[in-house]
Amino acid sequence: MINKVVKNADEAIKDLKDNMTLMLGGFGLCGIPENCINAMVKKGVKGLTCISNNAGVDDFGLGLLLQTKQIKKMISSYVGENAEFERQMLSGELEVDLIPQGTLATRCLAAGYGMPVIYTPAGVGTEIANGKEVRKFKFNGEEKEYLMEHAFESDFAIVKAWKGDTAGNLIYRSTARNFNPMMAMAGKITIAEVEQLVPAGELNPDHIHTPGIYVHRIFQGEKYEKRIEQRTVRKK
Amino acid sequence: MLDKNGIAKRIAREVKDGMYVNLGIGIPTLVANFIPEGINVELQSENGILGMGPFPYEGEEDADLINAGKQTVTLLPSASIFDSAMSFGMIRAQKVALTILGAMEVSENGDIANWKIPGKMVKGMGGAMDLVASAKNIIVAMQQVNKAGESKLLPKCSLPLTGVKCIKKIVTELGVYDILPEGGFKLIERAPGISIEQIKNATAGKLIIEGEIPEMVI
Repeated sequence: MINKVVKNADEAIKDLKDNMTLMLGGFGLCGIPENCINAMVKKGVKGLTCISNNAGVDDFGLGLLLQTKQIKKMISSYVGENAEFERQMLSGELEVDLIPQGTLATRCLAAGYGMPVIYTPAGVGTEIANGKEVRKFKFNGEEKEYLMEHAFESDFAIVKAWKGDTAGNLIYRSTARNFNPMMAMAGKITIAEVEQLVPAGELNPDHIHTPGIYVHRIFQGEKYEKRIEQRTVRKK
Repeated sequence: MLDKNGIAKRIAREVKDGMYVNLGIGIPTLVANFIPEGINVELQSENGILGMGPFPYEGEEDADLINAGKQTVTLLPSASIFDSAMSFGMIRAQKVALTILGAMEVSENGDIANWKIPGKMVKGMGGAMDLVASAKNIIVAMQQVNKAGESKLLPKCSLPLTGVKCIKKIVTELGVYDILPEGGFKLIERAPGISIEQIKNATAGKLIIEGEIPEMVI
């Protein structure tokens, strides 16, 4: 067995350097790699380009790295919950590339599947199509236009899973899965932090979402706050 | 004039048995509360759920289980969970039968704008561009006039577009409209108590009125 285990978040990101491009899993605050984000704040790496569906909130998730101005550019689909983000973007301090959520997911997927481009109808005829190749395809009984989009390339992919084993196999829980599996497949180096790290052999191979081949480093997170962004309930 | 729940209630009548439905944030989310008894549908949430259920009981919230609006939700017995790529895969492949979403502006040829006000507000398109580019059946739930009293049903959108020629039906506080393939908002129903005159005043784009227009039943 190839052992992927590192001691903690600090060790997992030890060679993460200024100006690198990172993918970070999560949807809102759900399924984000909390421990690695905290370690990056501590390490003080700067000039980062972050590919992540959202940008956290002001005081949690990627919002922490925005506050300390460690992020140069965000590539996201929706950033509406973060006042500091909006301020930095409108003032021009932060570069922002907003792209459709399905395009974001599929550009990660393409990287993990070894394909350089995808064609998607999302954004045809809008400003995000500017400068991109548009091609017509007949598909599913209709002819329409598709935009060519490139697979993402990133130095590190940092994901969060529920359970993982020492061989790097991962299982996600509920909607904390979101972007994590595609990003795990797409990093030059993939770091997985998990809530429970178990010896290889304990996870049922049929239940594994991300095979260990995609994961280079794995550790059990020290603690998880798992903050809820919108607590909505009904009365009994 | 309909309130938000009224708009949601009217849209719920468009939901047919056996449909997989994606509900956007805001008024569309409310539609789930008004789906008639006996109509079985499955709600898709683009962060990776089919078979989304109601909000959890107090104390049963699960931080790992949220909808696309980041609200805590539950799963129905039929539910499944998947990743974001598969979620948009099923949307692109038109497996999701009905999409209901909000809009800032809609034009008479079916263009929609709902993600950006240049220089002021940039929240991002989220999944909206993917949804409108692929869904066959899209209903827009929106307010017909803004706070300044200006119509948001326009000859041409003034804001950056989310999608082109994709909207076919709109439900507002004043009425129900079909967008015709050749262009134009065709009035189908009036909201209770709303006159044709009020609707004309609230529609900047080409409005088509043929014959008697019934009041909607909700």
